[in-house]
Amino acid sequence: MSETSEPPRSAPTRLIVAGETVLAIPRHIKLRHDPGRGRWIILAPERVFNPDETAVEVLKLLDGQRSVNAIAETLSQTYQAPLDVVTNDILAMLQDLTDKGVLVKA
Amino acid sequence: MNEIAPTHVTETAMPACARTADGKPIADPGPDPALCARAPIGMLCELTHRCPLQCPYCSNPVELERANTELTTAEWQDVMRQAARLGVLQIHLSGGEPTARKDLEDIVKVAAEVGLYTNLITAGVTLTRERLTKLVEVGLDHVQLSVQDVDAENADRIAAYKGGMAKKIQVAGWVREAGLPLTINCPIHRQNIHNVPRMIDFAVEMGAGRVEIAHVQYYAWALMNRAALMPTKEAFLVAAKQVEEAREKYKGVIVIDAIVPDYYAKFPKPCMGGWARGIVNITPSGRVLPCHAAESIKTLKFDNIKDKPLADIWLSGEAFEAYRGTSWMKEPCRSCPRKEVDYGGCRCQAFALTGDAANTDPACSLSPLHAQWQAVAEVESHSEPPEFTFRRVGGAAKKPETHNVS
Repeated sequence: MSETSEPPRSAPTRLIVAGETVLAIPRHIKLRHDPGRGRWIILAPERVFNPDETAVEVLKLLDGQRSVNAIAETLSQTYQAPLDVVTNDILAMLQDLTDKGVLVKA
Repeated sequence: MNEIAPTHVTETAMPACARTADGKPIADPGPDPALCARAPIGMLCELTHRCPLQCPYCSNPVELERANTELTTAEWQDVMRQAARLGVLQIHLSGGEPTARKDLEDIVKVAAEVGLYTNLITAGVTLTRERLTKLVEVGLDHVQLSVQDVDAENADRIAAYKGGMAKKIQVAGWVREAGLPLTINCPIHRQNIHNVPRMIDFAVEMGAGRVEIAHVQYYAWALMNRAALMPTKEAFLVAAKQVEEAREKYKGVIVIDAIVPDYYAKFPKPCMGGWARGIVNITPSGRVLPCHAAESIKTLKFDNIKDKPLADIWLSGEAFEAYRGTSWMKEPCRSCPRKEVDYGGCRCQAFALTGDAANTDPACSLSPLHAQWQAVAEVESHSEPPEFTFRRVGGAAKKPETHNVS
């Protein structure tokens, strides 16, 4: 295949989401409200994800600037929940969505 | 294939939107809330049955629709508007080879404008860079590229098309260069199943975010070619283990979706996520089907989009109502605790093998025909494979037509 392939890319690796990671929603993933069904959806290649209210809250804060820690801090203050609980909760969710290609490194 | 993410997000896989990522209202016409609750999530659009490839497992019906019966550009554009209004979220532009339609860009443009997530399902061999650029400009969201095998020579033989592989590699490069997500689709059968790990490696190398290891489903052309395609159970189990290993190896790098051959399953698959529940299919001439193989059920009548609105057909069309829900079921489905899990399997397979589409799919271990049906796979997969009957307009052919890259 070497004679016809594009220039080689570096081998892709799994992104491990940590507190300081800054994530973004790539262009081809669409978070939007589905007015007909009255819920939020994430449209992805041959997938539709149904985020709950918490997930939507987190995803809306992914502006490509804020780290996971900063988002956890915001949510911890808004909902007066312990920071470590919030951080662990959203880390698990963000790692899962990253593994599924819904989120990328900003 | 549905799965629950560890915390806050549930997921629906498509057997197959809005331009804005910030939740702003989508462009007019907006969906009608009253309809959306019962609307399909996905719409498979067979834009044409024309195709340069002649794969012997093609999912199109054996009686292919001719070019002069195809819907016009305006008719397809109207279908897109109707679909968005009904509440469809994603459309899968398929064929045949959808790029054989010169007006593909005009159809995608309208689909994107009304907020549909657009997925192009292509063999890639006739696509040009200019055309792909134009499609991306008008709002294409995703490309699914089929690969018949990683061994170029074998791929050419299966598709009866010379030089396909080099072209596909080129197309994959253009898709990634355009910043579009890529899925590699690999139909799996006894003549390429030994290459499953290499196909997954290939998809990673091409920069795909997703790969489908899609065991051939035995309807229509594939049913005709079953003895030439059916892998042994042993080969299937090896491939299944290889997929598991690859999932571990490539976690977070590529999503691997595996579609298993139901001949080797204990329970049937929830075909189409249940009849008339989540997916609608439109044929090149505008017939509206609950599944792409539904016309094989000779007892059903199908409406045409040229005669009735999509919403009417979806909500109350005879073919849609026939097997929607569970009230049509007979035993053993009727009293089965899995009846809302797999919906009794595949109606087309039930019809093809039992003569009554309301019977339990023989893929289910509770079907009285299950043992006999599995025995067929056992015998065929261990016999010398016959020659392929290639997919052709106007009937089956033992010898492929001669095609070359122009």
